[in-house]
Amino acid sequence: MTNSWTDIKNTDLVWIMGGNAAEAHPCGFKWVTEAKAERGAKLMVVDPRFNRSAAVADHYAPIRPGSDIAFLSGVVNYLLTNDKIHHEYVRHYTNAAYIVRDDFEFNEGLFSGYDEEKRSYDRSTWEYVMGPDGFAVRDMTLKDPRCVFQLMKKHFEIYTPEMVERVSGTPKDKFLKVAEWAASTANGERAMTIMYALGWTQHSSGAQNIRTAAMIQLLCGNIGIPGGGVNALRGHSNVQGITDVGTLTAAIPGYLALPTDKEPTLEAHLAKRTFKPLQPNQTSYWQNYPKFYVSFLKSYFGAKATKENNFGYDWLPKVDVAYDALRMFDVMHQGKTTGMLCQGFNPLMSIAYSGKTVAALSKLKFLVSMDPIETDTVRFWENHGEFNDVDTASIQTEVFMLPVTSFAEEEGSFTNSSRCIQWKWPAADPYFESRKDIDILSDLFVRIRKLYETEGGTGKDPLMAIDWSYENPLEPQPDELLRELNGKALADVTDAEGNVIRRAGEQLAGFGEMRDDGSTDGSMWIYTGVYGPKGNFAQRRDNDDPSGLGVFGNWGFSWPANRRIQYNRASADPQGKPWSEAKKYMYWDGQRWTGPDVPDYVATIPPEQATGPFIMNAEGVSRLWVRGLMADGPFPAHYEPFESPVKNPIFPAIRGNPAARVFNNDMEIFGDSSEFSIVATTYRLTEHFHFWTKNVHTNAVLQPEAIVEMSEQLAKEKGIAMGQLVRIWSNRGEVKAKAVVTKRLVPLQVDGKTVHTIGLPLHFGFIGETKKASPINSLTPPVGDANSQTPEFKAFLVDIEPVSGPVA
Amino acid sequence: MNMDLSRRAFLKGASVGVAGTTLGAFGFGGVEAAYAASVKPFRLTTTKEARSSCPYCAVCCGMMIFSAESKAEAGKMEVTHIEGDVDNPVNRGTLCPKGAAAIDYIKSKTRVKYPMYRKPGTNTFERVTWDFAMERIAKLMKEDRDANFIETNNDGVPVNRWPTMAFLSGSSVTNETGWLTYKVSRGLGMLQIENQARI
Repeated sequence: MTNSWTDIKNTDLVWIMGGNAAEAHPCGFKWVTEAKAERGAKLMVVDPRFNRSAAVADHYAPIRPGSDIAFLSGVVNYLLTNDKIHHEYVRHYTNAAYIVRDDFEFNEGLFSGYDEEKRSYDRSTWEYVMGPDGFAVRDMTLKDPRCVFQLMKKHFEIYTPEMVERVSGTPKDKFLKVAEWAASTANGERAMTIMYALGWTQHSSGAQNIRTAAMIQLLCGNIGIPGGGVNALRGHSNVQGITDVGTLTAAIPGYLALPTDKEPTLEAHLAKRTFKPLQPNQTSYWQNYPKFYVSFLKSYFGAKATKENNFGYDWLPKVDVAYDALRMFDVMHQGKTTGMLCQGFNPLMSIAYSGKTVAALSKLKFLVSMDPIETDTVRFWENHGEFNDVDTASIQTEVFMLPVTSFAEEEGSFTNSSRCIQWKWPAADPYFESRKDIDILSDLFVRIRKLYETEGGTGKDPLMAIDWSYENPLEPQPDELLRELNGKALADVTDAEGNVIRRAGEQLAGFGEMRDDGSTDGSMWIYTGVYGPKGNFAQRRDNDDPSGLGVFGNWGFSWPANRRIQYNRASADPQGKPWSEAKKYMYWDGQRWTGPDVPDYVATIPPEQATGPFIMNAEGVSRLWVRGLMADGPFPAHYEPFESPVKNPIFPAIRGNPAARVFNNDMEIFGDSSEFSIVATTYRLTEHFHFWTKNVHTNAVLQPEAIVEMSEQLAKEKGIAMGQLVRIWSNRGEVKAKAVVTKRLVPLQVDGKTVHTIGLPLHFGFIGETKKASPINSLTPPVGDANSQTPEFKAFLVDIEPVSGPVA
Repeated sequence: MNMDLSRRAFLKGASVGVAGTTLGAFGFGGVEAAYAASVKPFRLTTTKEARSSCPYCAVCCGMMIFSAESKAEAGKMEVTHIEGDVDNPVNRGTLCPKGAAAIDYIKSKTRVKYPMYRKPGTNTFERVTWDFAMERIAKLMKEDRDANFIETNNDGVPVNRWPTMAFLSGSSVTNETGWLTYKVSRGLGMLQIENQARI
């Protein structure tokens, strides 16, 4: 989130789309209720289903799954054509004034530089025009036809309310009300928050969905202000923290990058990422990348990282191929993977195209599951009839099921979706023989290193270079690990004047103290400050809120720098005055930036310096135009899901997102609308969490079996009665579920065609207390977003039929 | 609690002589004595309390977890009760149907108690020792790493990667566990590393 859960109470308008907080995040949704009750805030919900968030909304608009960009672009067009934008904010805090290269083009749905064979773009034409002074050229009047603002007007004009209705199926009046309400916040007096979750990310254009939402918020001036923001509700309890720490194919903790083959030296790696400002006086915080990188290397390799060996850079693995989950299972399916460790992970349930997943797992030599509970994955080799029909004897995989302590039996910190790092204390002893993840992995690591010490082997040096100087190497303590993430001074750290600001051995108080000469360590710069010289701030439990704005600055520690609202300098105008009394947050008091939060940059930089709030961007402003930073376009464009009931009504020649990756042999596994005419989407129920709670008695009683939601019209058309068992199949597999015939779903008119959508809760499998079911992902296609490779779980094609037999 | 004080108990209590009771010494009247006697000891007074966090969604609701000595495993503390942490500014003491039932997750029938091992081609898990499991996994990993680890690419650039081993890292583990997971998986040279950020 740019803002926080408790900040939602400051909003005037809540827009929930691509999420369903009332059901999926019930205890966070209370802040929406609070805003409605205390401020008279309005709630609008756009969703394929009239869900429980919609049930308490002031306005609900239906939408066809996978058409979000058309809808959101319609709002962008509405704001621009009706001149309902926050002019001063747009001019000063976005790149609307920047001039784009002359050779940039957009034709028939494709941006300039497209290579059809590679399904990717040469993005060089998507850059700014650079001036002779080395800075990007701007036209602050926003009149130049090649400025971002004018390009935007032209790009979005096609998304009229009529086009939105044609593509998304949303009745025009319902769409217009959303646009009008959003526009009512484009003034600095009122705020709108946008809340989304995996309903936006799990599409082949997922990242562009969120980016379009961000554009709307920027046009309205809703980023950096209380009650505003683009707020990812997120899934798992610590998915924020684990994403931060970077257990991802090409990541280094704190959003740094693993080297690639094209960066043979540390210098080459750093040169590509140390972005110089594109305007004078801008922070361009990535200029500090080398400090964070070297501090990471010092933590990772300890004393073995020296200036002479480039702090151990050569020992790091270099990325040749990025392995997201879809690729991992594709590679495994090709028989190229020997072993896999699953830590609290159930891929047979959670990866697209379960048929491929089970075949892939069967090719492993060994599989290790570390989990408090049994998963469907750890029993993938077991025959469960139609739900997992495998030939056990032919599966030669060795499988280990290791018992792990539950959440209540361990201590450490979690980072919630507000970016707040909070400690939890252990409540009980390990259950039976279960062990902590930390102890299991340490045991394994120490054993493997011992084998290399005694026997030698390939790649011994990089393995032995890892620093493992924990007090007890077999049981590193969470306290030690959080200190390591924070970082410390290895020698006295001095400021520009030579004053010592941090003594050798002391914990660092902030990432501003990190150095690139090896005198500091710290594995994850963004968390620096959580465990500074004053102790473990994740353990802070002061729930005082003096401003009354839901800041709670002494509760835990929010990264970065304990900032609760990111880009909060944008809550004031260019002169440093609050946009309005109603939205007063951080402001210039004549001497410094002040207010209830931690300002974005050094508090004494005066407004005259025009240092922008968007400190991570080299421009100092936000990007309505993302240059070459996204794979599929500097602006969003509507592309249909890979499986769609209609041809793209706007760009008919294009199927799916042209820059999304499709594996060899996978194109043919997409179904066609002539055979599969019904759109399906997946989601969670309030009584279940993914695939865990089917193992939890109470939840299994509350929601005991797989269901499929469908409209009354579709049920009638297919001859399906309420409660009847239904077979649902796609071009990849089938599942069975009980019919819930409901008014919550209605057929929509899309490009002149009646389109039905069914809803599929995802929680059921063949292990646990709920009734056995096939994995819902038997149905889903293994194609992902062009930028993040998040699978397209939220829009695909199926057909359905009733299964004869008694109706329950 | 005063629900427990039935009319009958009330009358019984009222007929007991005040002076003869301990409560009387503290100046309680008969009615109060009867009331006090009817109050069951607060069931959490004998438990140990810890402030924790819900394991499910990213709201990370604060939890108060109470534990007492286990009946199933002598000498071990086990969870006896969970409720929302009233001090947490986000959930303010509330929990949803998942968090409120989290004790059933801890005590799930499918909770894994011991290390288990399935031999290739067989139809069952057998119980093994931790030492057996760890030794065997370490050996399997070393064998494969020795066979497939790539020290340099065709241009002679050190690349130090192990392309044939995969790690799916859970997103409901702590940051500290996540960091250690990073260190171990990356430290061995893995690139096939993924978490639940996407799925």
